[in-house]
Amino acid sequence: MQNLLLEVKNLKTYFYMDEGIARAVDGMDFQIRKGKTLGMIGESGCGKSVSALSILQLINSPPGKIVEGEILFEGEDLLQKGFSEIRKIRGNKISMIFQEPMTSLNPVYTIGNQIMESILWHQNLSRGEAHQKVIRMLDLVGISSPEKRVDEYPHQLSGGMRQRAMIAMALSCEPKLLIADEPTTALDVTIQAQILNLIKKIKEETGMSVMMITHDLGVIAEVADDVVVAYAGKAVEYADVKTIFKHPKHPYTQALYDSIPRLTDTKKRRLEVISGIVPNPLDFPSGCRFHPRCKFAKSFCKEEEPPLEEVNSSHQVRCFIYNQQKGRYF
Amino acid sequence: MPEIILLEVKYLKKHYPIRSGLFSKVTGYVQAVDGVSFCINRGEVLGLVGESGCGKTTVGRLILGLIEPTKGDIYFEGVNISQLEKRALRQLRRNMQIIFQDPYASLNPRMTIGGIIGEPLLIHRTASGKERGDRVSHLLEIVGMDPRYKNRYPHEFSGGQRQRIGIARALSLNPKLIVCDEPVSALDVSIQAQVINLLEDLQAKLDLTYLFIAHDLSVIKHISNRVAVMYLGVIVELAETEELYSHPLHPYTEALLSAVPVPDPTFEKKQIILSGEVPSPMNPPSGCRFRTRCQYIQHGCSQNPPPLIEASKGHFVACYRERKP
Repeated sequence: MQNLLLEVKNLKTYFYMDEGIARAVDGMDFQIRKGKTLGMIGESGCGKSVSALSILQLINSPPGKIVEGEILFEGEDLLQKGFSEIRKIRGNKISMIFQEPMTSLNPVYTIGNQIMESILWHQNLSRGEAHQKVIRMLDLVGISSPEKRVDEYPHQLSGGMRQRAMIAMALSCEPKLLIADEPTTALDVTIQAQILNLIKKIKEETGMSVMMITHDLGVIAEVADDVVVAYAGKAVEYADVKTIFKHPKHPYTQALYDSIPRLTDTKKRRLEVISGIVPNPLDFPSGCRFHPRCKFAKSFCKEEEPPLEEVNSSHQVRCFIYNQQKGRYF
Repeated sequence: MPEIILLEVKYLKKHYPIRSGLFSKVTGYVQAVDGVSFCINRGEVLGLVGESGCGKTTVGRLILGLIEPTKGDIYFEGVNISQLEKRALRQLRRNMQIIFQDPYASLNPRMTIGGIIGEPLLIHRTASGKERGDRVSHLLEIVGMDPRYKNRYPHEFSGGQRQRIGIARALSLNPKLIVCDEPVSALDVSIQAQVINLLEDLQAKLDLTYLFIAHDLSVIKHISNRVAVMYLGVIVELAETEELYSHPLHPYTEALLSAVPVPDPTFEKKQIILSGEVPSPMNPPSGCRFRTRCQYIQHGCSQNPPPLIEASKGHFVACYRERKP
């Protein structure tokens, strides 16, 4: 496809630990279109954060290692690039914001200083010009009296303000892709609404792409254009947001949707339960990784792993139910 | 069914002193809870919802007597517990238990889960020896766990299982009231449903009453019969769940509901984005505490705090817009 910005193919990132090999990301596939938002949803340990960190190669090595796969950004494989080339992309063409804005900002530098760092590194601006740009960025993300805030330290800002400062930092070099790893999980709902609106607004104004990682289906429905559902280190379903919510194919996606209480429920209903527990990356189940918790599982689901197959050109699902040969057993 | 009041809270206040300087002089107060009144009927689930720092957890702990109120009274089955002797209070506490948010921090890692669940029985001398062992096994079964796990330690269990252990511990003394303080917020989405369903089943089976504290409005809607909304230490609205969610009267409730992301991409909603953030409870705004973020602010909002009045039957709201002329 022409309009793809980033394509991740069969990505595998493992962590070699004393307890064994944690296969945090184990054959992940997804695509991000230009100017669109990809929502990645999954539970803890499904590999969503590690996938994001792998794109920027921010995996601590050892114990972590990207063992296989391709990450095509504007047609070039990031995994083939050297350290200095990646450094030119990080914070410049691709930038990232994190869940906990307090721990991802340096407490001993002013926020102005920290935002300026990436501007000075990537852009050919003098300190004075960079300072002006920082103030413009802080204003853009809705921080009031930016010329004063620029000299404040992270502890002087509230949680919502810190996340805004993080966004200002991430946007300072006009990235083509913004990776947001649970950016609103630590925030209250009214502040979450402010931040999500800000990200949406900036995306529309600048035409950048966004990868939004979250465990909240509501956030996905609100911001995403496309959705990838991750389970146990793999993508199990990929489609546009309407299809994911209105016609989900994978039993996990369906069960996930039925298991959450919804504000729009008018009648009292019993929540659907996904039995069992979220699998541990040290020891993923054999065959289809969802089979121990799947109510449709057949004996071959335990032995063989289903491939990610196309239902139609914009909808992929990893389940034997939709497989030409195996499908008839369901 | 006649409604019997199990717990009543009147004008409850908790102010924490702020000390500073060489002699730790009191220089101000954090008004965590500032005049909260409500009651919980037997067999109902009262949801208490609000953003971080609104005082909802403090209310839960005050009710259990884990912290002393600065002012106000708590009546449990008609008995004023703020005036009880220590021994009598201890007797009464059997009837009130708590389930905590963090299933990792709330279980002692050095005790077996049998020990953890059996400890309340030991402290209150209600069962010993084999009887206690049997009771622990029974409790584990009730919460859907294998009694053979008794001799294992908390680290061997997942978050959802640990939360079940916490629930079994809370049930061990056959309480009447359980304060559930964000019991599912630390759990994965698929595990949340398991725990919510378990709490609902237990309530029906054991005739329990819950004070359900959470920040997630969807969870609160699902489980509660009535809901109280807190903002900066005060209750701003209290009503039956359906009524509150379909006809919110307080501007804060309205904004809060509109801010919840709805898991439906085709859902059109009127979004009210609140500007600014929650003011500090050290120095709350005069008059109505919400006025600094309110879109309907009018003359007089900054003078006196609006009282909680009954706007329609069973629907209480603290806002001057609802005052009858």
